[in-house]
Amino acid sequence: MINYDRILIRYGEISTKGRNRNKFIDKLRKSILSVLHDFPDIKIEASRDRMYIILNGSDGKEVSERLKSVFGIQSFSPAVKTNKKMEEMKAAALALFLKDYEEGKTFKITTKRADKTFPLNTEELNHEFGGHLLKNVPGLKVNVKKPDINVQIEIRGEAAYLSCETIQGAGGLPAGSGGKAMLMLSGGIDSPVAGYLSMKRGLDVEAVHFFSPPFTSERAKQKVIDLTEKLAGITGAVTLHIVPFTEIQQLIQQQVPQNYTMTATRRLMLRITDEIRRKNDGLAIITGESLGQVASQTLESMYAINDVTNTPILRPLITMDKSEIIEIAQRIDTHDISIRPFEDCCTVFVPASPKTKPKRDKVRHFESFVDFEPLIAKAVEGTEKMVTKPQSGKEESFEDLF
Amino acid sequence: MIYFDNSATTKPYKEVLDSYIKVSSDFFGNPSSLHGIGGQAERLLMHAREQIAQLLDVRHSEIYFTSGGTESNNLAIKGTALMHRNRGRHIITTAIEHASVRETMEQLRELGFRVTFVQPDRRGIVSVEEIEKAITSETFLVSVMHVNNEIGSIQPIKEIGQLVKKHSKIIYHVDNVQGIGKVPMDFYEANIDLCTLSAHKFHGLKGNGVLFIREGVRLSPLFSGGNQEWKQRSGTENVAGIVAMAKALRITLNNKERYLDELLSVKNYLMEELEKMEGIAVHTPDIHAAPHIINFSVKGFKAEVFVHALEEKDIYVSTTSACSSKKAAASSTLVAMGVPEKDAKSAVRISLTYENTREEAAVFIAAVKETVNRLREVMK
Repeated sequence: MINYDRILIRYGEISTKGRNRNKFIDKLRKSILSVLHDFPDIKIEASRDRMYIILNGSDGKEVSERLKSVFGIQSFSPAVKTNKKMEEMKAAALALFLKDYEEGKTFKITTKRADKTFPLNTEELNHEFGGHLLKNVPGLKVNVKKPDINVQIEIRGEAAYLSCETIQGAGGLPAGSGGKAMLMLSGGIDSPVAGYLSMKRGLDVEAVHFFSPPFTSERAKQKVIDLTEKLAGITGAVTLHIVPFTEIQQLIQQQVPQNYTMTATRRLMLRITDEIRRKNDGLAIITGESLGQVASQTLESMYAINDVTNTPILRPLITMDKSEIIEIAQRIDTHDISIRPFEDCCTVFVPASPKTKPKRDKVRHFESFVDFEPLIAKAVEGTEKMVTKPQSGKEESFEDLF
Repeated sequence: MIYFDNSATTKPYKEVLDSYIKVSSDFFGNPSSLHGIGGQAERLLMHAREQIAQLLDVRHSEIYFTSGGTESNNLAIKGTALMHRNRGRHIITTAIEHASVRETMEQLRELGFRVTFVQPDRRGIVSVEEIEKAITSETFLVSVMHVNNEIGSIQPIKEIGQLVKKHSKIIYHVDNVQGIGKVPMDFYEANIDLCTLSAHKFHGLKGNGVLFIREGVRLSPLFSGGNQEWKQRSGTENVAGIVAMAKALRITLNNKERYLDELLSVKNYLMEELEKMEGIAVHTPDIHAAPHIINFSVKGFKAEVFVHALEEKDIYVSTTSACSSKKAAASSTLVAMGVPEKDAKSAVRISLTYENTREEAAVFIAAVKETVNRLREVMK
C-alpha cells in the first residue's frame, strides 16, 4: 500500500515578491510550524518556488486540514517522492491512482518536466503514464477537460513527485510578513472580521479592547478574549491589550453634550489606541467600520473622529454589506461568540440620538474644557496586556473537569 | 460482580463523578445569571458543548442539551410533528424502536397522524427498500434507530439518509443511544437532521442527554419557559451533569480507539460459546451487529427465572430492554423479527462495555452452562 509521504505547497503571491522572497518564505515556514506544533515528526524543506512538508509518518489528512487555513499558501498536494526510473514512477502512479479510483471515474495525466535533461518529453510522458493506467484499470476513461482524478507527475532534478489531488489554500500573504497594526476589537461582529482580513494580507495584528467596569461585565471581556483566541487560531498567538476606560467614559458623559458623547468617545479611543500602537511599534490601526452602518460610521463621523491622528487607519470592511460581513464571521467561527448578548463600552453609553453628522470643530470645542492627556496616559499605563493562544482560555481550574 | 447490562445503564466513570461533584459544589451558578458566578457556569456549559461537538464532528450550535434519551426522542419527533404538520400527516419509523420512540408515535397517532412501522427482516434489520416503499407525498418524518437496543442489529442509517435526501421535505431522525461510542457514524455523511444521545449509556450520569439538531432544522419546543438552549428546551441547564457528560464521551471514545478490538473478541467468544450450547438460540445477527449486545433464548425457561438464577452468582444481565422488562410482554423486536412468542419470552440480553474482560466472559459461560443444567433438573 502506497502512502503519501509529503505535502507539496505552492506559494501564493510570494512568488512575485522579488528580493523579500526569503523573508516571506521564512514567515510561511513559521506559520506552518505553528499550526502543526503538535506534529513533532514533520520536517519542512523550502526552496524558491516550492515547499515540502515531509510527514515522517504523521497523519497527512489532519496536516492537510490544518494547512487550509494558513495564509500564503495558494494550493497544496499530498505527494509521494520516487526516483526517476520509468518503471517505479509508473507503479507509484498506478498505486496512487487506485487509492482514489472508483468505477466510472475519469482521469488525466499532467506531467511537468522541470528536469529538462529527462529523456522523454512531456507528451511522451503523458502517453506512457496514461497508457499504463488504461492497461491496468479495465473500463477506465480519459477526460482531459474535466477529469475526476488528475494524476500529476513532476520530474525535477533530484527526484520525481506524484500526486492526485490539489487542495485550494487560503491565499493571502504569510502571517506577520507585512508589519504590525493595532485592531480595535469591540466584541461585535465586524471587528474580528476586519482583523481576519488584515491577517490575510500578512499583517501582525494586536487587539485593543476598551473595558469599562462596572458598566461592562467580566463576561463582555471574556467574550473579547474568546474572539482573540479565535484569531490566534490563524497565526498561533495574538496579543490583546485591555484598556481601563471607565474614568474617561464618565468624564465624557459629564463634559460633552449628549449628542456628541459618541463622537468624543471614539476620538479618545483612537487616541489611546494610537498611543498603544506607538509603544508597541505598530504602523497602523485597523477598525471594523463599514460605511453608513451606524451613526459613528458615516463619512462625517469618520472625518470628525479621524481628526485626532495621522496614523493610517485601515478599514477592510468599509464597502462591505452587513450580510457579507456576517458570512465571513460565520466562516471564521467568530459570529457565534460575537452575538453573545453582553453590553460593551460602545453600547452602554449610547445616547438616545447621536449626531450622524457631527462637526469636527464642535467636538474639538467640547473637548477643549478638559485636559484628557493625563487620563490617556493613565489608561495606557493601566492597560493589561495578555498573549492569547488558540484555546488558552480554557481556565486552568476547568482543565481536569473535561 | 460481573455486570453485563450496559445497555440498560453503565457505571459512571470515577473521573466523571469527580467532575460532577466539583462542578456542583464549586460552580453551582445558574448560567443565565448576570454575575460572575453565573458567568463561570456559562463558560463551563460552553466548553462542554464545544467538546461534545468536536467529538461528534459537528458544529457546537447543533448540540442541544436535554434530560436524556427519552426527552431527546420526544423532542425530535413531537417537535417536528408540531412544527411541520403542514408538510403532511405521515411518519415512518420501524417496528423495533425503543419505547420512547414507539410510544411517542402512538401518541401522535391518537392526534391524527398516520404512522408506518416498517418491519425488520429475520436478522432484525430494516431495509432501505421497505422504507422507500412506505414514503408518500404526505411523509414529513423518518425516524430510525442506529443500533437496536435489544439485539444489537445495526440499521442502514447512511443508506436511508441518502434515500431521505431525495425527499427535501422529510426530516430524518436517528436514535443513536446504543450506537454512540460503539459503532461509528458520520452525522453529516448520513444526512441526519436530528440525533439522540444519552449520557448514562456511555458512563455519564442519568438525567443528561443530547439532541443534535442540524443547522437550519427547526422544531417546536416541548418545554416553554426561560428560553434556554436557543429556545428549544427551556429549563435551567444541568451544568454539572453536562460537564460530566462531555468528559464521559471523551473517555468513551478514547476507550473505543484503544479497546474496540478487545471488546469484539470478548463478544465473539461469547457468541461462539453460546451457539455451541444445546437449547440456546442466539438472536443477534453475525454481521451488521454492534460489538456489545448479544441476545439469546434459553429454550423452555422464562427469561426472568434465568436472570435471577444468574444474579445468585453475582452476574447481572437483563431480559429485554430495561424500560420494558418489568412488563411480562415478549420483546417487541424479537416478535417483529418473527421469533416465536415462546422463545421471545425466554430471551436474555447481555450488553458489554470496554471494561468487560475475557475472564468475565468465561465465568459467565460456565455459569450459563451450570444454570441451564440445574434448571433443567428442576423443571423435569
